[in-house]
Amino acid sequence: MCLGVPGQVVHWVSHDPLFAAAEVEFAGVRRTCQMACVPDAKVGDYVIVHAGIAISRVDRDEAEKSLAELQQLGLLDELSNDA
Amino acid sequence: MTRPTWSLNCPVRIDATADRVVLAHGEGARLSRQLLAGHILPRLGGGAPIDWRDAASVTTEQQRLAVTTDSFVVSPLFFPGGDIGSLSVHGTVNDLAVSGARPRWITLSMILEEGLPLAVLDAVLDRVAWAARECDVLVVAGDTKVVPAGAADGLFLNTTGIGELIDPVPSGPTAIQPGDALLVSGPIGRHGVAVLCAREEFGFDPPPQTDAAPLFPAVELLRASAGTHVRTIRDATRGGISAVLHEWAAASDVSFVLEESQIPVTDDVRGACELLGLDPLQIACEGTLAAAVSADKADAAIAALRADSRFAAASIIGRATEKRLTPVAIRRLFGSEQPVDEPTGALLPRIC
Amino acid sequence: MKYVDEFRDPQAAQRLVEEIRRLATRPWVLMEVCGGQTHGLLRYGIEESLGGAVELIHGPGCPVCVTPAEDIDQACVLASRPGIILASFGDMLRVPGHNGSLLEARARGADVRPVYSPVDAVRIAQAQPDREVVFFAVGFETTTPATALAVLQAAEAGTDNFSLLDAHVRVLPAMEAVLAAPENRVQGFLAAGHVCTVTGFEEYHELASRFGVPIVVTGFEPVDLLEGIRDCIRQLEAGTATVTNHYARSVRPGGNTAAQGIVNQVYEVADVAWRGFGVIPAGGLRLRPKYQHYDARHRYQITASRTSGSDTHIDECPAAKVLAGRMKPPECPQFGTACTPTTPLGAPMVSSEGACAAYFRYRPGTAEAHGTVGTEAGAQPEDRTGVKH
Repeated sequence: MCLGVPGQVVHWVSHDPLFAAAEVEFAGVRRTCQMACVPDAKVGDYVIVHAGIAISRVDRDEAEKSLAELQQLGLLDELSNDA
Repeated sequence: MTRPTWSLNCPVRIDATADRVVLAHGEGARLSRQLLAGHILPRLGGGAPIDWRDAASVTTEQQRLAVTTDSFVVSPLFFPGGDIGSLSVHGTVNDLAVSGARPRWITLSMILEEGLPLAVLDAVLDRVAWAARECDVLVVAGDTKVVPAGAADGLFLNTTGIGELIDPVPSGPTAIQPGDALLVSGPIGRHGVAVLCAREEFGFDPPPQTDAAPLFPAVELLRASAGTHVRTIRDATRGGISAVLHEWAAASDVSFVLEESQIPVTDDVRGACELLGLDPLQIACEGTLAAAVSADKADAAIAALRADSRFAAASIIGRATEKRLTPVAIRRLFGSEQPVDEPTGALLPRIC
Repeated sequence: MKYVDEFRDPQAAQRLVEEIRRLATRPWVLMEVCGGQTHGLLRYGIEESLGGAVELIHGPGCPVCVTPAEDIDQACVLASRPGIILASFGDMLRVPGHNGSLLEARARGADVRPVYSPVDAVRIAQAQPDREVVFFAVGFETTTPATALAVLQAAEAGTDNFSLLDAHVRVLPAMEAVLAAPENRVQGFLAAGHVCTVTGFEEYHELASRFGVPIVVTGFEPVDLLEGIRDCIRQLEAGTATVTNHYARSVRPGGNTAAQGIVNQVYEVADVAWRGFGVIPAGGLRLRPKYQHYDARHRYQITASRTSGSDTHIDECPAAKVLAGRMKPPECPQFGTACTPTTPLGAPMVSSEGACAAYFRYRPGTAEAHGTVGTEAGAQPEDRTGVKH
């Protein structure tokens, strides 16, 4: 259902709780996105945007953890292939 | 004693200083002439004296001519990187170019909506003139009609183009052989994304730009580098690359396989397509061609295109195969082939 | 794009595919709940790559597919009234009700506009105070915060020419309906990552233990999907049935409380009809009485209720079976013949992420080619590349 795309917060436009908004960059385009659901996101953070509103702040540590896990999987593969 | 003054009290404005198009502009009398003399000919007449005959005469040494026609109904009239005026020239000139012709002459037929500001008409005509100069074609004939307010969306244009065919003329899609390479001359999907984003005001910044531009130079490069090995060329307009390839597959004995990693896409098109759930393969280009070239000349053709900065992103995006159940497929993640959908209907953002 | 491209890495995906094939001792039957996941699975050929290690059933998580035809009819009627601008998401405009789609209503002169965000519909209302803007609000829990925020912003700004034709639904009751069906074959769930981003996944524990199915919160990129499948298979092979989160970069325990706060201010849970399912208890949301002013049904005195959905059995279209995972699209006699994306008989063929449209798009060919579900599903007989799938 729900197309959600990660983009990087470029700058905040408004910190009003209800009308919170920030410029968010996705590849080559920016768009003003509603930030009421991610009030603690900082400039440089990535947020996942659905239907024009950010629904979460991407957790860098968790993202790196899953990527590291994948790396691990690759290393294991190479080890077992070498054996 | 005051002299009674007489004045015309006509509900219809007939003064030529009106700043909007009125129905009388299309009725062939004084206002029509004023429109032609004051707005159209100064921009498109090329300085030649007014020739009031009903048809233009043109002279060519060539035995074989190419003729094409196209109508333009884009909304909005001006969009990032382009406008309906230059598009009406590029679209028709590109149809001639990809058919193997050198574009020489175009006609311009306009359907204007009553109430259109003349300043808008002037701006559009300026862009027609600019694009015609850029493409080295002459606007040799034209027509203007005005329809009541509400019966058109500002203005509609039609251009007919005449070009001189240059040997070797590409044979057409029936000549495509299994193994032939598929080329594009640049990044895909830019025009459709630019117009969609401008029309629906999706609020992207910077607004994605159209790729509208003349393709004759690209065709010349292909002709010089691959000559008779160029099977067929198309400008990938409505429906994008996918529509072109589906048409070619239907018209020939081949199918096509694309390599996703080789398809050039600009960052703005990528970002907009991710957000809106669109596929660049299905989106119109106006300055990007697709060509089928025999495999042994493909590298030379790409090198020739890339040497020109306008076509630096040219790429071999796939190849023709023997006929299969799936007319157009794409290799993405696992090297397995997924069918590419044939475009259906209007581009609509997929949100969910 | 960061956090997208890494999760489309072919090598990582290939490793996961190999691991899943090693782990699976039999063809487990999983359901991906969300239409976005269906799209990704088919677009990247993930089920084929797994060579029969899993059978994936495409779940009911396509909001435009489950929106009852009655709601679409109401939207078309409202759109046709003078002065009204009817705004909705692009894919909603194509879905037919009983009297055609919103795009067809537009062709008859209605002012129908695709918007990217519900908040944009409020902006249209503010820019055109002489018009009435109705936003046809569809979607699961991922989308409700956006709609609720639009209502709160309209209320705060005093934008009174804005209202909602509400058709929001909730995914958990639908998962329960799938599991409770007597002919259910689903052995494990890939739960929808963006829904769980908003709601969290705590409510799933009870479902997992009651029905004995593992539920894995899963993202949308190929690597995310494969990780979700791997974890589900691991649990099935080990005989466990717990809830795990494999989309932790977006989904936090407890979900997004700010988003939940916004939704709860505006909405309350309600029994509503789903296309293909009938009325699902607690299957949707409705505006709280405080915001009734923004309810288009109330404002325009539409008497039909959202629990009166009658189109759960459209004769020629077994959408109910498809959406509930009891029939794969190619098993439908109409699939690809009478029913195609240009001539859809039912909603799953209309929406670009509907199960049938996704199948048609990514797996054309004969119905026979897809008939052998479980082992050779989706194999492409015409493939001559020699590439191992």
